[in-house]
Amino acid sequence: MSNLVEIRNLHFSYGERPILADLNMDFPCGKVIAVMGGSGSGKTTILRLIGGQIQATAGQVSVAGEVVDMRNTKALYRLRRRMGMLFQNGALFTDLSVFENVAFPLREHTDLSEEMIHDLVLMKLHVVGLRNAAHLKPSEISGGMARRVALARTIALDPQLIMYDEPFAGLDPISMGVTANLIRNLNDVLGSTSILVSHDVNESFSIADYVYFLSQGKIVAHGTPEQMRVSTDPYVKQFVNAEMDGPVPFHYPGRSLAEDLGIGAGR
Amino acid sequence: MIVQAISSLGQSVREWIENLGYAARTLFAMLGTSLGLLRRPRLVTDQIHFIGNYSLVIIGVSGLFVGFVLGLQGYYTLNKYGSEQALGLLVALSLTRELGPVVTALLFAGRAGTSLTAEIGLMKAGEQLSAMEMMAVNPLQRVIAPRFWAGVIAMPVLAAIFSAVGILGGYIVGVKMIGVDEGAFWSQMQGGVDIWKDVANGVLKSVVFGFAVTFIALFQGYEAQPTPEGVSRATTRTVVIASLTVLWLDFMLTALMFN
Repeated sequence: MSNLVEIRNLHFSYGERPILADLNMDFPCGKVIAVMGGSGSGKTTILRLIGGQIQATAGQVSVAGEVVDMRNTKALYRLRRRMGMLFQNGALFTDLSVFENVAFPLREHTDLSEEMIHDLVLMKLHVVGLRNAAHLKPSEISGGMARRVALARTIALDPQLIMYDEPFAGLDPISMGVTANLIRNLNDVLGSTSILVSHDVNESFSIADYVYFLSQGKIVAHGTPEQMRVSTDPYVKQFVNAEMDGPVPFHYPGRSLAEDLGIGAGR
Repeated sequence: MIVQAISSLGQSVREWIENLGYAARTLFAMLGTSLGLLRRPRLVTDQIHFIGNYSLVIIGVSGLFVGFVLGLQGYYTLNKYGSEQALGLLVALSLTRELGPVVTALLFAGRAGTSLTAEIGLMKAGEQLSAMEMMAVNPLQRVIAPRFWAGVIAMPVLAAIFSAVGILGGYIVGVKMIGVDEGAFWSQMQGGVDIWKDVANGVLKSVVFGFAVTFIALFQGYEAQPTPEGVSRATTRTVVIASLTVLWLDFMLTALMFN
């Protein structure tokens, strides 16, 4: 099976601070791949590199055989038309209604008639269960609904690649389950490839075909969700079982409590 | 100590030049995308309505009060030389050549400029600009350029309204309240104001101010830190930088127009 996205020997740093180091990842066509890890492990940075919002320090990212290069704006924008990205908070345009938000990419990139746009938007909203909320403003809907509207907007142009940045963060259990099912179903119905960045173990494992675990900018483990559940890797064990202490320490590294309290310092 | 001061000065100058260069690059990139707006003029007209129409009240009321003050102060000065008949000319020249464009630009920076900065800054903080980029839509073309051209178009119109209302204010105070001859008020104005030297120069000034103030406001919003403090600081910077730029440009343009 061919890969839609390939990451090879990727390094990325903000100034002197390294974020990602020597990353190699494959995202096969038609699959849902979860990228998991704690906060600050570099998950979202990977999405931004795939989307060409930032440039790799070394190595390369390719999508559908084309190298992502943010310096080549025309090629990048052409490539982005085949991508969709769901932002953590939805990033809906607050001055537009739900309908107009979903219609936005259609109006920008197609010459479809108003009637056709109307029908397409309602169909997309129907898929996410919000057809009857089309007239509402983003300020009049809940966080979970906003994310579903954003999802309808993301799939408006039927992208080949859909990226999800923390789609479950801050959602109630019902919305979480609805969102997880939507991600899996849309991926299968549209025949697209989905990259899911999340730290929600249960929901991600329930829909992902393959999982990458990231810690401090490096891949520490990867495999199917079943393999990850029984993994003996200390980091994966701590993450999957939500253990308080492990390779990721509970206490921020530094001086000991005894030293700070001045009792038995040096002992 | 001295070495440190020189080094710190050098760093500030380098940063200033770097920022200026970046702003110029952004300006040219935005101007480069502007041709696409010809296919979608609605994007600009919507913004003219938002920027221009909503600034009308503050511009009109301010123009009226400035006209009142000009009528009073002008009469006080001219009366000393027995030339109060020239009050209409003084009010009209002051407004069309100087006060109309400058005060409108300062008010525009405070009313529309801050609104533009906050709007763009909040769009950035809410990842709306990033979302647009990921939809292969260039925010410079879709968001910044329409607002920029709307500001450039709205400013001279607002300045003209300011001057017209100001002249009306001068007329109310000078003619209706103080009793200056009405015929002299209007005829001196008609005879003394030159359409090219006075009115056109004023319009040219307001176009330049519109260009500067709107771009400063948009650039500050576009480059704001995507946090509440960042947007707040950017809004303050808009007012300070735009106001100082308007006053500096006014001096430069006045000097040029004076030959």
